[in-house]
Amino acid sequence: MHVPDGFIDAPTSAATGVVAAAAVAVSLRGARRELDERTAPLAGLVAAFIFAVQMLNFPVAAGTSGHLLGGALAAILVGPFTGVLCVSVVLLMQGILFADGGLTALGVNITDMAIVTTVVSYAVFRVLVKVLPRGRRSVTVASFVAALVSVPAAAVAFTLIYAVGGTTDVSLGKVATAMIGVHVLIGLGEAVITALTVGAVIAVRPDLVHGARGLRQRLKLRVDGALVDVPAPDGARTAPVAARTSRRALWITGLATSLLLAGVVSFYASSDPDGLEKVAHDKGLDSKTEKHASADSPLADYGVKDVENARLSGGLAGVIGVGVTVVAGSAVFWVVRRRRTPDVSPTNTSAV
Amino acid sequence: MTTAPASLEVSGLAFAYPDGHQALFGVDFTVARGERVALLGPNGAGKTTLVLHLNGILTGGAGTVTVAGLPVGKRHMAEIRRRVGIVFQDPDDQLFMPTVREDVAFGPAAAGVRGTELEARVRAALEKVGMEDFADRPPHHLSFGQRRRVAVATVLAMEPEILVLDEPSSNLDPASRRELADILRALDVTVLMVTHDLPYALELCPRSLILSDGVIAADGPTGALLSDEALMRAHRLELPFGFDPQSVTMGA
Amino acid sequence: MGAGHAHRLYRHGHSPVHALPPHTKLAAAFAFVVVVVSTPREAMWAFGVYAGLLGFVAHHARVPAGFLLKRLLIEVPFVAFAVLMPFVAEGERVDVLGLSLSVNGLWGAWNVLAKGTLGVAASVLLASTTELRELLLGLQRLKLPPLLVQIASFMIRYGDVITDEMRRMRIARESRGFEARGVRHWGVLAKSAGALFIRSYERGERVHLAMVSRGYAGSMPVIDEVTASRAQWSHALALPLAALVVCLLGWTL
Repeated sequence: MHVPDGFIDAPTSAATGVVAAAAVAVSLRGARRELDERTAPLAGLVAAFIFAVQMLNFPVAAGTSGHLLGGALAAILVGPFTGVLCVSVVLLMQGILFADGGLTALGVNITDMAIVTTVVSYAVFRVLVKVLPRGRRSVTVASFVAALVSVPAAAVAFTLIYAVGGTTDVSLGKVATAMIGVHVLIGLGEAVITALTVGAVIAVRPDLVHGARGLRQRLKLRVDGALVDVPAPDGARTAPVAARTSRRALWITGLATSLLLAGVVSFYASSDPDGLEKVAHDKGLDSKTEKHASADSPLADYGVKDVENARLSGGLAGVIGVGVTVVAGSAVFWVVRRRRTPDVSPTNTSAV
Repeated sequence: MTTAPASLEVSGLAFAYPDGHQALFGVDFTVARGERVALLGPNGAGKTTLVLHLNGILTGGAGTVTVAGLPVGKRHMAEIRRRVGIVFQDPDDQLFMPTVREDVAFGPAAAGVRGTELEARVRAALEKVGMEDFADRPPHHLSFGQRRRVAVATVLAMEPEILVLDEPSSNLDPASRRELADILRALDVTVLMVTHDLPYALELCPRSLILSDGVIAADGPTGALLSDEALMRAHRLELPFGFDPQSVTMGA
Repeated sequence: MGAGHAHRLYRHGHSPVHALPPHTKLAAAFAFVVVVVSTPREAMWAFGVYAGLLGFVAHHARVPAGFLLKRLLIEVPFVAFAVLMPFVAEGERVDVLGLSLSVNGLWGAWNVLAKGTLGVAASVLLASTTELRELLLGLQRLKLPPLLVQIASFMIRYGDVITDEMRRMRIARESRGFEARGVRHWGVLAKSAGALFIRSYERGERVHLAMVSRGYAGSMPVIDEVTASRAQWSHALALPLAALVVCLLGWTL
């Protein structure tokens, strides 16, 4: 979500510019502590990596795809200071070279996409790594939650900036609902990709995961204790099982968190009575909305029918919305997989 | 020989990585000024570790390295790095600046050369490798062979005492390989070439060293070493199929 | 967002705009956008004048209108947002073609559309008349922290290399019959991303070695410096100054 020029008024843009500049200055010092004189080449290469990985498309379903934003990933892999620098540089270059995000909105964009995401995700990550039992799986779970929280956090930050200096009269509640609702879903994708990527790096080069420093030493001892007498094939057989359970745990944690977030956030955010739907009802837009296939569904008003309390109904709608999205998504995958199985099986049998 | 100190003198060099893996076990050799020497050895013999000692990137083991009379150590690091020019294996690692010209200028500029002298150095170095027409191009737009030549120029611009090449012929097509050989032959500097491309070593270097298991296992004329089948087999060095070192006349 | 990053905006040319020193152009573009953003939205004519000014610059830079318009597509997501605004904003309403629209929302949509479009157009003009390398020199000259400029410069240098590596990994995946079709393939893609990170980081370490080998000790030597004469500055700043006059008129009229 690169904010263009004119979306946030000039004084607020200037203020966020100052915030961004200060944070970048702090990060420059911090990065030198993290990487000493290797800062420039390493941070440059990581920035190039973030830039490249934003172009890596992760197919979702039915031709749509998503891509990584990378703030949480950068923070976990190279540390918060270098992470802020890398993402800021990516945003700066996108603004200047590709006109992606306004020049005066650079402060806004850096504040919410480079600073809030990296700082929030790193804080969450560190707390979780401390709290959870030591081990690679904990790092993966911590990465998941950190990335999941970081994206809606950026949306919250954006909403706050909008509250101070937004140039339009859309009510805060609506902006918050739209931004945070959408970003909870984006965050879910971000979380899965980030966790899997961190997991892939930690499996090969645990020393390169900044957030897991200090983990390596003790991890080795534990593994030594457990695996010393186990013959190799046995170990190889148990590994995938462990991976599967951790993945399932990931999905469950993610689903639970997003349901919670969607519910709580919508509960507070959608209390505003006159949404798009109400406008439509009041002013005679009904003829248009009826064409919409789900207009008669219980969720059409973003509030559940027969539930009187506006807040409660909005919250419920949020939860149900996420649930339906997940169920529909799973159904699509299931159908696609079912349909493709016959295509695959003949080749399998002929190969065997 | 008695008046000018040797370009490179390595004596008793031993080194272990922090993880305990020991790569060098007492390496001794000398390269006289103006010589072209090949350092041969199988993968994992410690060649790259040795190279990183020559300009003090790796230190802390036993033994000494001396470059033109100057011991490699913290005290003379800047001077040592100017005198020892290392061309790394992947030119993309070496060419880190946005344009060829700036990349070639990087070394001399870091040593404090400025203005017209810097320009002259850059031009001279690029001319030596035949890349003067590409000065303002980004390295990414060059072919692999061209990038390797520019990598050589980046080091030549520092006017080094000794040029150290890590696998110079890797990934080059035959024409680029020959062009690079012509360039290296025309240079008036001491060359230490680390390689397992044996015909290339024979073509360019009258003398060879074999590094095996972290020590110098043999030191002699390249042709004689390559013809010693028992020696070659003992150190996992193999000539390409059908290649007979005795039938080749050396261009040195 | 979006995958349009692979396209380079730069158009080679020898116009007077191309010839201006990069830092003057950066400063001018930035100042212009600041002025545009500070203009009251009610002064609709002012935005027309701004567009005219940019058109004048584009004409001088010999950037064809079609090119410029195509590059403006990057703001489409926000256009969609702006179009929604009259429906969802509060306040007084008017009926337009049978639809009830919020007056404030209309103004807001206009505000975002006009300022956003002018901002994108200014950035596109800057990027299409200034080479990558020059932009970095310009940023350096404008006293951006040197470390930040270095990071940006390494990012530019290795962006292509790493994108290439990513492409090769995709080809390797596809050659072995793998094609990512849905969420259950994310694991494989994430492994690629992880491998890409490791390669990038290790390359960073090797680049650092190569730099150290050539005498790097923490700061980049200054090889090129861009300078601008007073005439060049006044040429470049003519745009934001003209815009400023318009803006002041917009506030007073």
